[in-house]
Amino acid sequence: MNGLLAAVHYNTWILTTLLALPLAGVAVLALQSRAAAGADAAAKMEIARRTALALFVVEAALSVGLWWSLDYSSIEWQAAVTLPWIPAWGIHYKIGVDGIAVVLILLTTFLMPLTVLGSWTGIREKPFAFYAMLLLMTTGMLGVFVALDLALFYVFWELMLIPMYLIIGMWGGSRRVYASIKFFLFTMLGSLLMLVAILYVAFKTGGASGVPVFDYDLLASSAAYPAQAALWLFGAFFVAFAVKVPMWPLHTWLPDAHVEAPTGGSVVLASIMLKMGTFGFIRFALPLFPSAASDPAVRTVMVTLAVIGIVYGALVSMVQPDFKKLVAYSSVSHLGFVMLGLFAFTTQGMQGAVMVNLNHGISTGALFLLIGMLYERRHTRLFDEFGGIARVMPMYAVALSIVAFSSMGLPGTNGFVGEFLVLIGAFRTVPVATTIATTVVIIAAVYLLWMVQRVIYNPLARRENAVLHDLNWREVGLLVPLVIGIFWLGIYPAPILNRTHAAANRVIERVGGVPEVNPTELTVRQ
Amino acid sequence: MQEAHPLAETAARFIWWLPTLPLIGFLINGALALAATAKPGPADPSADHGHDQSTGPSHAASDSHAHGDDAHPPRHRFARAVSVVGPGVMVLAFGLALAIFAVMRGAEMHAPYINTLFSWMPVGDLQLDAALQLDQLSMVMVLVITGIGMLIHLFSIGYMQDDPGYARFFAYLNLFVFSMLLLVLGANMVVTFVGWEGVGLCSYLLIGFWFTEKANADAGKKAFVVNRIGDFGFMVAMFMLFANLGTLNYVDIAARAGQFAPGGALVTTICLFMLLGCFGKSAQIPLYTWLPDAMAGPTPVSALIHAATMVTAGVYLVARTSMLFSIAPVASLTVALVGAVTALFAATIGLKQWDIKKVLAYSTVSQLGYMFVGVGVGAYTAGVFHLVTHAFFKALLFLGSGSVIFAMHRAYHAIHNHSDDAQDMRNMGGMKRYMPVTWVVMWVATLAIAGIPPFAGFFSKDEILGQVFARAHGSTLASATYLGVSGATVLYAIWILALAAALLTAIYMTRMMLYTFHGPNRTGDGAQSHLAEAPWIMTGPLVVLAILSAFGGWLNLPETVTEMIPLGPTAVLEHWLEPVVGGATERIAAGSAHTAASTEQVLLGVAIAIAVAGIALAWTRLRPSSLVPKPLAEPSTGFQKVLENKWYVDEIYDVSVVKPVYATSRGVLWKFFDVGVIDTLFANGSAALARFLGWVGSQVQSGQLGTYAWLLVIGAVLVIRAFAQAGG
Amino acid sequence: MLAESLALSAALFTIGVVGVLVRRNAIIVFMCVELMLNAVNLSFVALARAHGTAGQVFAIFVMTVAAAEAAVGLAIIIAIFRHVRTVNLKNINLLRG
Repeated sequence: MNGLLAAVHYNTWILTTLLALPLAGVAVLALQSRAAAGADAAAKMEIARRTALALFVVEAALSVGLWWSLDYSSIEWQAAVTLPWIPAWGIHYKIGVDGIAVVLILLTTFLMPLTVLGSWTGIREKPFAFYAMLLLMTTGMLGVFVALDLALFYVFWELMLIPMYLIIGMWGGSRRVYASIKFFLFTMLGSLLMLVAILYVAFKTGGASGVPVFDYDLLASSAAYPAQAALWLFGAFFVAFAVKVPMWPLHTWLPDAHVEAPTGGSVVLASIMLKMGTFGFIRFALPLFPSAASDPAVRTVMVTLAVIGIVYGALVSMVQPDFKKLVAYSSVSHLGFVMLGLFAFTTQGMQGAVMVNLNHGISTGALFLLIGMLYERRHTRLFDEFGGIARVMPMYAVALSIVAFSSMGLPGTNGFVGEFLVLIGAFRTVPVATTIATTVVIIAAVYLLWMVQRVIYNPLARRENAVLHDLNWREVGLLVPLVIGIFWLGIYPAPILNRTHAAANRVIERVGGVPEVNPTELTVRQ
Repeated sequence: MQEAHPLAETAARFIWWLPTLPLIGFLINGALALAATAKPGPADPSADHGHDQSTGPSHAASDSHAHGDDAHPPRHRFARAVSVVGPGVMVLAFGLALAIFAVMRGAEMHAPYINTLFSWMPVGDLQLDAALQLDQLSMVMVLVITGIGMLIHLFSIGYMQDDPGYARFFAYLNLFVFSMLLLVLGANMVVTFVGWEGVGLCSYLLIGFWFTEKANADAGKKAFVVNRIGDFGFMVAMFMLFANLGTLNYVDIAARAGQFAPGGALVTTICLFMLLGCFGKSAQIPLYTWLPDAMAGPTPVSALIHAATMVTAGVYLVARTSMLFSIAPVASLTVALVGAVTALFAATIGLKQWDIKKVLAYSTVSQLGYMFVGVGVGAYTAGVFHLVTHAFFKALLFLGSGSVIFAMHRAYHAIHNHSDDAQDMRNMGGMKRYMPVTWVVMWVATLAIAGIPPFAGFFSKDEILGQVFARAHGSTLASATYLGVSGATVLYAIWILALAAALLTAIYMTRMMLYTFHGPNRTGDGAQSHLAEAPWIMTGPLVVLAILSAFGGWLNLPETVTEMIPLGPTAVLEHWLEPVVGGATERIAAGSAHTAASTEQVLLGVAIAIAVAGIALAWTRLRPSSLVPKPLAEPSTGFQKVLENKWYVDEIYDVSVVKPVYATSRGVLWKFFDVGVIDTLFANGSAALARFLGWVGSQVQSGQLGTYAWLLVIGAVLVIRAFAQAGG
Repeated sequence: MLAESLALSAALFTIGVVGVLVRRNAIIVFMCVELMLNAVNLSFVALARAHGTAGQVFAIFVMTVAAAEAAVGLAIIIAIFRHVRTVNLKNINLLRG
């Protein structure tokens, strides 16, 4: 496999291709949209969704090679490309990945085709525009994962926000305008502060030469700011990323955005876009401002906010009457685990955080897809409307149970591996906070089991539920990969952990933590 | 660098097949269950909604027909295959367990045999493997789980035969056995934890097996949530162990346990957190409330999960981590004290329950308390011994009650009676005439649990009582201080509590037997004629279990008895478990004088006298002939009512914990904080501010081009002036 | 020569500014804007003598823009006249906030 990939110089073109393909797809959809102007709505939908699916499948197929082609034990950027973009301003097209980024890239490329399948029959209005937005967003999201130039990163960062704003605003539910504006305001507020910080950093580092420095590696290696300034800069990045995570108390845009977004929008938002926040911390906020990040006061604040988010999200999700809101608040709780793991500054915590990121992408994505399936059948998401549907939809019941248990962190599923690593890693440095966070295993069981019970168990009292059809083959087909992922990552996560190990340790080393090296790796090096 | 383990090239290397076999069974049965019910929907789920409405009712009607009680539903489509696969994998697993046991008996083994399957979580210094550990303790558990499990699987073929969820049932049951084997075979705490949560999951699924009743679904959820409270403790204990010892493998923990200061705060805290886990899983105060509710599941489930195996996992874990508990006397005393209090408390509730399964449920809680007394005072062998004998007789009691309920159901079913309760003892009575086999085996089990020699329960219970007494006379426990009280005093209190519980046990068990099997029949004239003994597939396992309950005591005969009557080899189990728990027992028992033979004989006599007294008391005082069927019974009053309502513990928890948490989450956190403070203040507040600033700005916008031009010019002049000043 | 040219330019510019500020007829305001542009052109050309040809190039740019602006501006004024039957700026306040 590796030889084959090397023969086609895979590493030199793959990242750029992954970024360019969705953009080309937008053009294709635009052309098709003009060609199909006279066709009826059903035909348009058919063309648009088939094209989008084909593009995303190609994208996913291309990205698979990253699994083998890279040297994950290296601390160098892999598959790196540097081209001048606006050299006079010090801006380059510089991209490259490490293990953490690859894991998230693969999550993205694999979820996007499933998202299209999940929107297969749900999106009837303006299908070309919808799938074009998804493609555009994909470029933005992948760009954030690969960008190694802060200006380039910022471009991709904004590029992914606007399609999401439009998806919520155009294909959303009844309060979509409110939700989309709230989403936009929260995220814009954060990213503008970050832009100011990026410009400051670039010009400060550029210094006397007059050419600002946006290059990630140069910035990370120089980091020549006064301690006070570093705190402010970290704060600016923090706001931008914390809104995206979302960290308590900047999370209130999330439930509204989810409830109003169409299924596909919710899946992308929860599974991939929320990862931008935590990835931003790993890639930018921590390594660029290590002195601020490892400041005891800052760490205390971060850990406290993370734990509040974990407990608060779980408690609030327990009392939600709406299926989607419950899952949205549970995301606040899960992403809190990621933040706790990050700021533990231990190898287990950091790698656990990456695992939780990945798991949340799979499990919550699956939950939103399942909610969408139910919504298409019943046009409601209120728990009171359901009950007992395991009798008429056994396959749906099985899928929902598996995903719920994964979300709960049951051992054997992916959820456990991430949560366990985060907690055991965090306990070494912040034991009290970790103990409080661990109580969420109880609350998570309460809200998720209650959710499962109110949907699939209890008496089948409502007539409209008694006539529901079970999942069709398309729906089964799109859930199967997710279920496989849930068990694979739960039972044999070692391949992922080995791939993220070096990258995680590099961040820990940077912020002054104690990286624990795998013993096998030691023997390899000797 | 190390020599090969004596088991390395033997049948023990197939140890991973033990959990794998039931897992295969689960996968096959699960697939069959799904295949029998699943019917993929149309390609577009929302398109032909109108069409659905017209065909819907007939679909719903046929569906309810299939699940209804009235007509005899056809057997499950794949009933034959399921009946072969489900119990089949158990037979194979039991056979393999016996083979490995035979090898182990012949081998000299001092260290556990570790079978590493693959690297599970390699993260820095946390190198967790998916590894199985075989030693004498896990072997005992494996034999119990596969042996009893096999019998219960066989029993279920008969018991569940008409259930539409036949395949699903066996799938869950197989999955349970898989998890339970993982629990006892795990070589590190995390693999154990996988099994630990896995059995909780199966328990949840099986309690809520008939999920369309809200009460059943609620009971399953309650069981899982309460267990999770315990799991929280288990997890924190793991974190603390890893943070301090840097390992979670049992072998390494044992090797490094010396790093802890004996009796120190650290090791005590770790043990107490672990205990929380044990109390959750093994239904001890304060986390026992889920177990009685768990009786909502099918009766074979109650026998396998909620009596014989899963609920004993806490006892197993204490024995497994005895290297820690033996250096934490305060934690050990807590184990014993909570066990003793639970034993007595649950027994009082058992006195006044009318549901036959509820009696057995509280009896289980009570007997688990006994086991905790055993492992708490460092008598790990005695605790495990009682675990084994209890598995025999309690599985028998549950299956026997299942056989009675089965007969009652059939009788009610035959006369289309859906209102009467098939589990209420007030509707039974005189069942010995209709079910002689069940009657006999149930009495064997009753005598065993009550502690009548020579039945199994007598020996195990007596050993625990004797060890408590011996420890009080000098041990690290007796010399420790427990909350300001001397350890010896606590141990004597435990001994008295345990004796009292033994008396109550004899009383409530005799009461159950009297009301169920003796006296006149109260089932009702129509149904009475349909009462009959269960088929052989169900009575067969009962008879096997009865033999085990009668002779299980031979596993570990005490010296006191063999000296008087030469029944057989002495203390077999103790010698067997010596390599695993011997060291820990010695550490705890250090300084104890050997109890005199005469004292031991007196203790033995006291135990027998109490058991006989309990049975006699119940036999003479209770009048089954004066009972009336449930619908006619008058509500009880006073203290009886308190007992019947289980001391109102559920209600107290509800008011003090459940409701406040919900109310706070909804009222304060969500409605007030999230929607009120953050949204109003931050989000909508900032929007309002922006709107206000916009209004101010809009006042400048007169729409008059002239005004704009003036402003422009004034602005330009100001800018030029500023530049001019800056420039010079 | 330079000083005179710049003085003329300044005078023309001032006339243009005052015209924009005080007149109410859209056409006249528009003519005044053109006047300002040409005043700037004059100074560009004058300064070009001293500082090189860049100023002359700029003057040509400005003339191009002015021509474009004249076309668009007159079209707008005609459109407005059709709409409200007046070109008096007092009566046109569609931008009012």
